[in-house]
Amino acid sequence: MSVGHALLGVLAEGPAHGYDLKHAHDERYPGAKQLAFGQVYAALAKLEKDGFAEAIETVRGSGPDRRTYAITEAGTAALKAWLVQVEPAGPYTADELVRKTVTALRLGRDAADYLLRQRKAHLAEMRRLVALQESTDEVEARVVIDHAVEHLDADLRWLSTASVRLRLAGHRPARTQNSSSALDVDALESSSRKVVT
Amino acid sequence: MTTTLNGPALLAGQALRKSFARTEALRGVGLEVAAGEVVAVTGPSGSGKSTLLHCLAGILRPEAGQVVFDGRRIDNLDETARTLLRRREFGIVLQFGQLLPELTAVQNVALPLLLEGHERMACEQAARSWLERLGALAEAEATPGELSGGQQQRVAVARALVCGPRIIFADEPTGALDTVAGEQVLSELLNAVRDTHAALVMVTHDNRVAARADREVILQDGRLAGASVGA
Repeated sequence: MSVGHALLGVLAEGPAHGYDLKHAHDERYPGAKQLAFGQVYAALAKLEKDGFAEAIETVRGSGPDRRTYAITEAGTAALKAWLVQVEPAGPYTADELVRKTVTALRLGRDAADYLLRQRKAHLAEMRRLVALQESTDEVEARVVIDHAVEHLDADLRWLSTASVRLRLAGHRPARTQNSSSALDVDALESSSRKVVT
Repeated sequence: MTTTLNGPALLAGQALRKSFARTEALRGVGLEVAAGEVVAVTGPSGSGKSTLLHCLAGILRPEAGQVVFDGRRIDNLDETARTLLRRREFGIVLQFGQLLPELTAVQNVALPLLLEGHERMACEQAARSWLERLGALAEAEATPGELSGGQQQRVAVARALVCGPRIIFADEPTGALDTVAGEQVLSELLNAVRDTHAALVMVTHDNRVAARADREVILQDGRLAGASVGA
């Protein structure tokens, strides 16, 4: 129940509306997928049902009711337990990158070229996060970005290792030339983008 | 003149080839670097990254192809001329071990200026100023053996910058450091090259380092395999 606990963490700093909770969450975890409002309200309903949060004020207007939530004593205890609980290591064995590469290899498609282009996309995201990290002095933001960057780094290292393994097995990206300059490669990259998009 | 995506090339390596014994380290690689540009060269071990850097920096002589710096061909210069060029126009940062162990930090940084025949006091003053800029002035009188890895790299960066080079070549500049120490040294290096409008070509296997360059070029088996340009 990671979203629920993260929201409890926000509520532990003071009562908030669902709208505020979503924005606080998204600001705190800039490397993560943004929460949908539906997710926030579903998590709040679950927290309320479990007795971890309660609505302390309801403002009725022309639209839906605007409810302010606060953490309960049971919620504070649950949060405290969650904060010290060690998480199991994730089963990172078959995400989209791996499935795509293996499928391409089995079907005889150009997996090596895909790996190079995927590296480019991952590095672009890493550039964005590293620049974001450079722009802040807040330790909370920096550790959050570190987490996203380290995961991206793991993917990038996997992409490089997979490229080497494919090369050793005789798979080479079709677009790589025997002799090329950086400008040539950029032209090739843009032509490959046209193919892809 | 050769041009790059970012303007006229300050440095251009063209169709470079280099072999060691039976191994072809470079099989026709071209790379252009604009003034003030930061380029990361990445690729697996043995892909030719360091050989490319050394050919571009005039440390190794390619067997075929040419290297042009500021409109002048440099790969066919004799050893003395290349040494002078490296000392005056280029700065070089290695992973570790480039500082002379018997000299203090300030003496290490002042060394390239002393070799140019400048007066000792002026050299040491310039060296102190660079150490201060890189946050290492407190270590000025320490010898390399008394410094942490991060402090040694700051001193190495100061030494690479002290002659006012137009381009810095760095081979795994943060390779011996942990993530945070590496990030700090890299920030100092990037700030310094941006302040002085120097270009930087750095070989790295660290994706965080590559992500801070303006552009990445990827080598595989002595050939360019790909390139990506930052925002």
